[in-house]
Amino acid sequence: MKKQPVAIGYLERFAADYERESGNISIPEIPVRNGIKIAVVGSGPAGLSFAGDMIKLGYSVTVFEALHEIGGVLKYGIPEFRLPNAIVDVEIDNLRKMGVEFIPDCIIGKTLTYDDLHEMNFKGIFVASGAGLPRFMNIPGENLIGIMSSNEYLTRVNLMDAANPESDTPVIKGKNVAIIGGGNTAMDSVRTARRLGAQRAMIIYRRSEEEMPARIEEIKHAKEEGVEFLTLHNPIEYIGDERGRVRQMRLQKMELGEPDASGRRSPVPIPNAIETIDVDEVVVSVGVSPNPLVPNSIKGLQISKWGTIVVNQETMRSDLSDIYAGGDIVRGGATVILAMGDGRRAAAAMHEQLQK
Amino acid sequence: MNKIVSKEYFSEKVVKLVVEAPLIARARKAGHFVIVRVGEKGERIPLTIASADTEKGTITLVVQAVGRSSEKLCALHVGDYITDVVGPLGQATHIDKIGTVVCCGGGVGVAPLLPIVEAFKKAGNRVITVLAARTKELVILEDEMKKNSDEVIIMTDDGSYGKKGLVTNGVENVINREKVNLCVTIGPAIMMKFVSLLTKKYDVPTVASLNTIMVDGTGMCGACRITVGGKTKFVCIDGPEFDAHQVDFDEMMMRLSSYKDVE
Repeated sequence: MKKQPVAIGYLERFAADYERESGNISIPEIPVRNGIKIAVVGSGPAGLSFAGDMIKLGYSVTVFEALHEIGGVLKYGIPEFRLPNAIVDVEIDNLRKMGVEFIPDCIIGKTLTYDDLHEMNFKGIFVASGAGLPRFMNIPGENLIGIMSSNEYLTRVNLMDAANPESDTPVIKGKNVAIIGGGNTAMDSVRTARRLGAQRAMIIYRRSEEEMPARIEEIKHAKEEGVEFLTLHNPIEYIGDERGRVRQMRLQKMELGEPDASGRRSPVPIPNAIETIDVDEVVVSVGVSPNPLVPNSIKGLQISKWGTIVVNQETMRSDLSDIYAGGDIVRGGATVILAMGDGRRAAAAMHEQLQK
Repeated sequence: MNKIVSKEYFSEKVVKLVVEAPLIARARKAGHFVIVRVGEKGERIPLTIASADTEKGTITLVVQAVGRSSEKLCALHVGDYITDVVGPLGQATHIDKIGTVVCCGGGVGVAPLLPIVEAFKKAGNRVITVLAARTKELVILEDEMKKNSDEVIIMTDDGSYGKKGLVTNGVENVINREKVNLCVTIGPAIMMKFVSLLTKKYDVPTVASLNTIMVDGTGMCGACRITVGGKTKFVCIDGPEFDAHQVDFDEMMMRLSSYKDVE
């Protein structure tokens, strides 16, 4: 057993790329429609995988998307260099060919309500509205110009194509860019900053590299691209110029103490170890809270204290018998893979319920 | 894609657009806004809904050409399509019968003020509307406001129409004359700041409807964040209306200039 591991992920990717680029992508056969209408709230990974399974089972599937583009986090969040939009579009196009209807610019809970969906005769609703609200650290100076959430930064660059001179959406292209956080989104942001011309693109993380939540592969790629890692550093204040643009940040150096509730060794400030560095752009990537927009608009839906929709973990069904949910609106903040798994499980369970 | 069914110039730079959007027309309430995008490379910009016609399935937007995106929108003709219109977004205005309400607006802020004036009037309040503009030609929606207000006071900077003075002069006169239970203000940030300072002095509760930079408009990006009572709030989902006396207008104005260099 001393041989190199088999890279199953890359083999799968090769197979998918090969078929797509052959130009002869096969569309699964779709059974005759059973006449039952299903609504999907959100067109990210959970919503798309759910829609694909349900259309193959014969349902009439309509996907409602709040943004102007279909694809959710695959479009606004994950950068082009990790997942090209063209690939996402092929998948969406296949679903469309299979009969899935996509409605962009439509916010369930705002444009159409839960009651409206009932009136429109939808028999099952899958809520996959994603993680929404970006968290900030609530430290002095955090609202200075040039400091933004990773959601904002990535949405500007990915969804709005802001780095393209033809796009009307602007983005700041900092020379000294600090990304706060150690997750996958932080890695996406820092690598984006590097591509937009940052001389110093830095990850600022309060624990050590060992505790970083990002995948090892993402950390490796960031390092290969010249990203600096300021681990065991925690921002405590931002300093701006006379026009309110961020110019410097104060960092508290940390050391690792006892393990905390998460099982990771908790970072503890080192007394009097504070340093100031120059920054002209800061991307705060310390997590998101679920978007309250959909949960708040549906009466009777059970919401956890974190704002996530409470579901049965096997069936993804909520307290309301026709509402299922999956992805980040249930998990808080997880991965594309887990979201897709939720979509598939919800589809199987909803199908079973509707066949009874 | 939403079709423009009528277009009217209020002034050289201020345009009223009536746009097909049946679902939004049906769902919207006073205080709500939409996000609009013009063209495939267009920016997403927030615009407060001025009025809606549920039978015709249209909403009315009043736009001032101030930057690249609003200029593009103002340049569209009747029959053209707006690439994207999404909404209604934000929290609706809290409407109640509370007594005397002074509604004051300046510039294009007068447009989103109209549905609020209507709603407070309908709820049985005494509504006094103060409209401010630089000069006579820039006074908009006067007739519509008169229909829905007990009194309309017009203020112009140059005295070419109504009384000469700023919006704050008009509001202060009313406060000195009678008991005011609530003030609602919509307009340029600097105007709302001074209205807020004035009403704070007289202890009149005041609501300001804020218009900040947004990207998605649904709580996702945080570009619209402001400080209210020392806490960070998102205009898109917590607002757009806030207790004006708690809003950090200086910070808001600073943040509005984020991309000045780029424009």
